[in-house]
Amino acid sequence: MSDPLLQVRDLVVEFPTRRGTLTAVDKVSFDIAPGEVLGVVGESGAGKSLTGTAIINLLEPPGRIGGGEVILQGERIDNLPQEEMRKIRGKRIGMVFQDPLTSLNPLYTIGEQLTETIQTHMKLTDAAARIRAIELLSEVGIPAPESRIDAYPHQFSGGMRQRVVIALALAANPVLVLADEPTTALDVSVQAQIIALLKKTCAEHGAAVMLITHDMGVIAETADRVAVMYAGRIVEIGPVREVIKNAKHPYTDGLMASIPSLTHEAERLAQIEGSMPRLTAIPDGCAFHPRCPQAFDRCRRERPELLDADTTQAACWLYAKEEAVT
Amino acid sequence: MTAFIIRRLLQAVLVMLVVALIAFLMFRFVGDPINQMVGIETTPEQREALRVRLGLRDPILVQLARFIWNAAQFNFGTSYQFKQPVSEMILQRMPATLELSMVSAIFALIVGIPMGVYTGIRREAWLSKLFLTVSLVGISLPPFLIGILLIFIFAVNLQILPSFGRGQVVDLGFWSTGLLTVSGLKALILPAITLGLFQLTLIMRLVRSEMLEVLRTDYIKFARARGLTERAVNFGHALKNTMIPVITVTGLQLGSIIAFAIITETVFQWPGMGLLFLQSVQNVDIPIMAAYLMLIAFLFVVINLIVDILYTVVDPRVRLDGGAAV
Amino acid sequence: MTSGPETRAEFLSKPHGFTTRVLDSDILHSFKQSKLTMVAAFVTLAFIIGAAFAPWIAPHNPFDMASIDLMDSLLPPAWEEGGDSRFPLGTDDQGRDILSGILYGARASLAVGFASVLFAATLGITLGLAAGYLGGTFGTIVMRIADIQLTFPSILIALLIDGVVHGLFEGVSRADTAYWVLIVSIGLSFWVQYARTVRASTMVERNKEYVQAARLIGIPPGLIMLRHVLPNVMGPVLVIATINLAVAIILEATLSFLGVGMPSTQPSLGTLIDIGQDFLFSGEWWITIFPGFALAALVLAVNLLGDWLRDALNPKLR
Repeated sequence: MSDPLLQVRDLVVEFPTRRGTLTAVDKVSFDIAPGEVLGVVGESGAGKSLTGTAIINLLEPPGRIGGGEVILQGERIDNLPQEEMRKIRGKRIGMVFQDPLTSLNPLYTIGEQLTETIQTHMKLTDAAARIRAIELLSEVGIPAPESRIDAYPHQFSGGMRQRVVIALALAANPVLVLADEPTTALDVSVQAQIIALLKKTCAEHGAAVMLITHDMGVIAETADRVAVMYAGRIVEIGPVREVIKNAKHPYTDGLMASIPSLTHEAERLAQIEGSMPRLTAIPDGCAFHPRCPQAFDRCRRERPELLDADTTQAACWLYAKEEAVT
Repeated sequence: MTAFIIRRLLQAVLVMLVVALIAFLMFRFVGDPINQMVGIETTPEQREALRVRLGLRDPILVQLARFIWNAAQFNFGTSYQFKQPVSEMILQRMPATLELSMVSAIFALIVGIPMGVYTGIRREAWLSKLFLTVSLVGISLPPFLIGILLIFIFAVNLQILPSFGRGQVVDLGFWSTGLLTVSGLKALILPAITLGLFQLTLIMRLVRSEMLEVLRTDYIKFARARGLTERAVNFGHALKNTMIPVITVTGLQLGSIIAFAIITETVFQWPGMGLLFLQSVQNVDIPIMAAYLMLIAFLFVVINLIVDILYTVVDPRVRLDGGAAV
Repeated sequence: MTSGPETRAEFLSKPHGFTTRVLDSDILHSFKQSKLTMVAAFVTLAFIIGAAFAPWIAPHNPFDMASIDLMDSLLPPAWEEGGDSRFPLGTDDQGRDILSGILYGARASLAVGFASVLFAATLGITLGLAAGYLGGTFGTIVMRIADIQLTFPSILIALLIDGVVHGLFEGVSRADTAYWVLIVSIGLSFWVQYARTVRASTMVERNKEYVQAARLIGIPPGLIMLRHVLPNVMGPVLVIATINLAVAIILEATLSFLGVGMPSTQPSLGTLIDIGQDFLFSGEWWITIFPGFALAALVLAVNLLGDWLRDALNPKLR
């Protein structure tokens, strides 16, 4: 296996508040290989978006990286000066946000926003940048890009705007694209198109993708591997097929059972009892234990790390190699 | 867009009609115009004759129509106190007020916008905190007090700037200007600062809060994620988006500046319309009050129209009337 | 665990009216946090007490002709050469004590300020409630007038009303009516903000079920709404009123300075500054600078309180 493109080691994101520091992302570690699509799935508030924002170092104050390392192509990037980090954003890591309606500046044409991005990262003349912008637009499937390039964002529909956003993310040929809920704000009818487009164009540009979503269906179709997050931690990570068919962590298991399936029709969907704890009240031990049907004593006392569990890794005491200590 | 402008024009005409109605009611029912025009020795018969001759016995609607017709031709009758045509008196004093107001407005904009941008971007800098504290003091100090303080410092103690009047003016025939002589310019400094300081603090605080608002938006976050330079993000993307509210408020403030000139003109004995209006209030000289009210209303309406047109220049969403979404 | 997060049930079981919100930790906390706010509150309180008890606190009565001695005129502050310890801040051209003048002046300024804010709030809330509840042509007319009025600076409106009122009551001396004319003209230039806030809140409440229910069982819905809308708008109204108080004091001072406010026989801070301005050039700076300083301190303190109140009641705006 080649060297990983991105390594995240024990990443912590925290928010200092009046009543103490809240840990929103708690020692998260994972790798992304070149060209790989990693899905990150979890309920809202599980810390998946914050993980993405922390990688690109755009956390909004008072949020901050509280520890750990982010390594891109062997180079540590979480502690770079702002100016150095800026040169990585857009150039080596592209980003696609959730809402295409608000991602584009309403006062500039999409062409202006594209060429601006291109020229920030590549030494191109105005004319060359414009040609590249038109190419990018045609690549993401904007019809008549030569004329549409001079239109303003409000003249596009939501799906079209998200295509423009993808073109913007790919403008400087990044090696990694962070896509944060790229289809959540879109019509159901165009969601599949956009996901397919994202996967296809990134593959063509040779970019790996970190796809953050709460939609397991999207992950199943798109991702090579998947990381499941719960209450700020990764509870299970592994090849997407294995995680879906053969989930090891009880939470993943519950999550899979709650996905509607075409094969088991008319069944009432299973649902995990209770709800994810708030950041202010994460229980001791395994954060999932109050809702876990298989919880036992150790789960209440000790927090499990990721453990090898057959084909995947799961943070669950069920997979502890040695016998449970009394 | 044409429809938009026409709608605004109609609204403007409506506002002018309402103001004209108020001015007419003041003119007609506050005090007896005849008593103001004739001496005590005039007999009731003579008074009645004058009343009929002036049309004060005509149906009220006819009188209103006549009033509006005259006002449209800038004819507001004769001052009770000075026995001179009101329009002549106002025209004579208008250049002084307009020059003072324009210079103050430009001063407020040129200093206020950069201060607002700075305090918006560098929220934690000590200079920002200083600006904000000073601006609170600026808002709390009534303009006349600022004027008196400036006179005390620069005219009484340091004796470097004059404390009253316009200095030497050059008569251009239709306009007498103080901008062409050294003494005229020196005389302008203190009044312009006095008049502009409040607007300056207002513009600074507005630009700051708008900057803070815009810097939180998704498209700014996305612009950062694209790796654009701080300069491009702050000045290219953020500042342009703050300009819409700034244009609105500045436009409205321009009107208030002309009205607030009443105070400054009193402090500095500046021979403008404001001083004339104040004298008319003290002496219940209704024709001048009515004329001044209508003139100010007219200026407001014109400024508002210009602001609306400026909108369309800055914001493509208004300019293109929505446009067709793909 | 005492400081643990409250459960949803606990949260819902608590009353969340205005008073509880005020007493709830956040507001008190932010008050204690901000030293500036505490200073502002102290200064405001000192002014109110000083103004209210001026006849008992002030070393002299500037309106008592018998106690005034022209020999004491134009004395500088006590610490300057030629000063007199009986007059700590000096005297004016008629031998009146400046400090006493300021205390009495603040009395006039605050009285007009409070009264005009009360007038504006009453008028604005009534019109806003009516416009929001009745809607229709009445509501439209009220809000149109509000829109138009809002485009004109309050100083202009106050001056116009002042002129008109004096025109209507020809022959009545300005001194007798000054107080009431000021309250009306300042109050009338402020009602719009209250009306807008209350109307918006009323429009929301109007369609709620309890109003429909009240109508069905024959309780006058207006009465019910008054009871439900008022608590909702108390916060914003209080913020507007505090900020308005500062503006009203400035406006009163400005009108008095311009010579259409309080007369020199019963001066407010603005009148004192106006009187003193003439002496600035002959070196008697204290006549105008001390009242000016007092006015600035009072307005600044009230403004700071208003700012703090707005932040504390609307965390969103912070």
